[in-house]
Amino acid sequence: MITGKVHKFGDNINTDDIIPATYLVTTDEKELSKHCFETHSPGFNKKAEKGDVIAAGENFGCGSSREHAPRALKGLGISCVIAKSFARIFCRNAINIGLPIIECPDAADGMDEGNTVEIKFEEGMLYNKRTGDRYRFTPYPEFLHRIISAGGLMKYARRKAKNV
Amino acid sequence: MGLTITQKILSAHCGGGEIEPGAFIMAEVDFLLANDITAPLAIKEFEAFGAQKVFDTSRIALVLDHFTPARDIESAQQCKLVRDFARKHNIRYLFQEGKGIEHALLPEEGLTLPGELIIGADSHTCTYGAVGAFSTGVGSTDAAFAMIEGKVWLKVPESIKFIYHGELNPWVSGKDLILYTIGDIGVNGAGYCAMELCGEVIEKLSMDSRFTMANMAIEAGAKNCVIEPDTVTAEYLKEVPAVEGRYGLNCKSDVDAVYKQVIEYDAAEIHPQVALPSSPANVKPASELSSINIDQVVIGSCTNGRIGDLRTAAEILKGNKVHEYVRLIIIPGTEKIYLRALREGLVETFIEAGGIVSPPTCGPCLGGHMGILAKGERVLATTNRNFVGRMGHPESEVYLCNPAVAAASAIKGEITHPEGIQRGSSLAL
Repeated sequence: MITGKVHKFGDNINTDDIIPATYLVTTDEKELSKHCFETHSPGFNKKAEKGDVIAAGENFGCGSSREHAPRALKGLGISCVIAKSFARIFCRNAINIGLPIIECPDAADGMDEGNTVEIKFEEGMLYNKRTGDRYRFTPYPEFLHRIISAGGLMKYARRKAKNV
Repeated sequence: MGLTITQKILSAHCGGGEIEPGAFIMAEVDFLLANDITAPLAIKEFEAFGAQKVFDTSRIALVLDHFTPARDIESAQQCKLVRDFARKHNIRYLFQEGKGIEHALLPEEGLTLPGELIIGADSHTCTYGAVGAFSTGVGSTDAAFAMIEGKVWLKVPESIKFIYHGELNPWVSGKDLILYTIGDIGVNGAGYCAMELCGEVIEKLSMDSRFTMANMAIEAGAKNCVIEPDTVTAEYLKEVPAVEGRYGLNCKSDVDAVYKQVIEYDAAEIHPQVALPSSPANVKPASELSSINIDQVVIGSCTNGRIGDLRTAAEILKGNKVHEYVRLIIIPGTEKIYLRALREGLVETFIEAGGIVSPPTCGPCLGGHMGILAKGERVLATTNRNFVGRMGHPESEVYLCNPAVAAASAIKGEITHPEGIQRGSSLAL
């Protein structure tokens, strides 16, 4: 279960918004997180606290394939991204590095800046503690669940290698 | 029930059989690539995993093209890390600084063939659909996994068929067709889907324009973009080097293949397009724009840095001068394209017109280097993204267009349709 404060974003947040390309000269998550949303929402890296959640609109993470984007969010301590929809490369990157993401249009709409949200992954349930609203989301398909529950693609590969 | 070309290629890479859209597969990779931005992260994951060797030294390309020639110490460190890894593991295709922009370079080297499954840690990897491959952008962890296992997990996409009827208008190229399409369907209009391009316009379209179209499919959210291999593809493939162990596979969609949607366009309706800030879907015909002054023009990138693009630009620039308020930066996509442009006299034309010719690099396209914008400046570029701050200061603006519009506008100093520019005449402004 995750409980976190909501930061609200709009539609079509691209990976240049999340981490401008000029900072892609490091692979360090903490270093990347210092520039997270730097031009889109200056000061976001100071405002965000460990465990916080992002609630966004359509097509979150569109644009480049840079895995630095979900890693910058992870480095900042973001515990989950809820969106109406995700751009596909961002979606697979988040799954591959073990950053929880939830596609749930109603919840993404129903969450406001500063709300506190409780997420129960096993039950597929989101709870807005401010408004009292509850939202159901579809659990991951079995294939993705195996990667996510392992903690990401490389951990999944390691687990598989051990089992063989 | 019939299958699409995308389904057929994916099926051939995961043991055969019919695969339905929505199914998850673990597919064999024919070729994979990463660059100086995405490879370091992949290498970090590769090493953290404790992997000792790559699955196949001849099926990986590492291309140093984004922040190269190294723009600063950090970029130099990243390039060195990739170089050292490539040498340690005997990676056959290490393309160093100046060899070319990955998506212009790999097809030219014969490394992307019809029917192949190609992944790249770069979103514009969808470019190779132009030769009839299944190719898609992935992340660095995917690249690390593929370097070890030779595999990638994929969800089989639904396909959307785009049929382009009629004849192209003057000065219209693949760039205009794809901008028009993105403008119509939106930046997520093909989300998670395969875009399949066909129709008599596509059949007659040059490979350069086909690459441009497939390249920008990601800007409509597509997973991949594919054009069935035909005689144009076959002619093109005769020109590229044969690579040992790589044969390709000619696939076509079945006539009764199932599509999520079929969208038809009449090319007569499509004129040179410009995408206004800050979305590739925010398109208008160039002829409807007036008094939009520009500070810089960039002709190049994995979208429009091929020889045909440079020839078009040179045709317009020949005998003309770039406007005194405009900086024109021209970036040939690869070393071979650069040499051809040199031998054909195009480079001379560009320099005589007042342009700057850069070595092949992604450079300004992603705000890396070689032409960054100051606050309040405006660029017209043949690149693929015009997001806020994409090419420099957050308060700078990026407009996208084809090479003809870019060249004509560089002369006029404002965004213009190429028809007003006379070859070799000084323009009446």
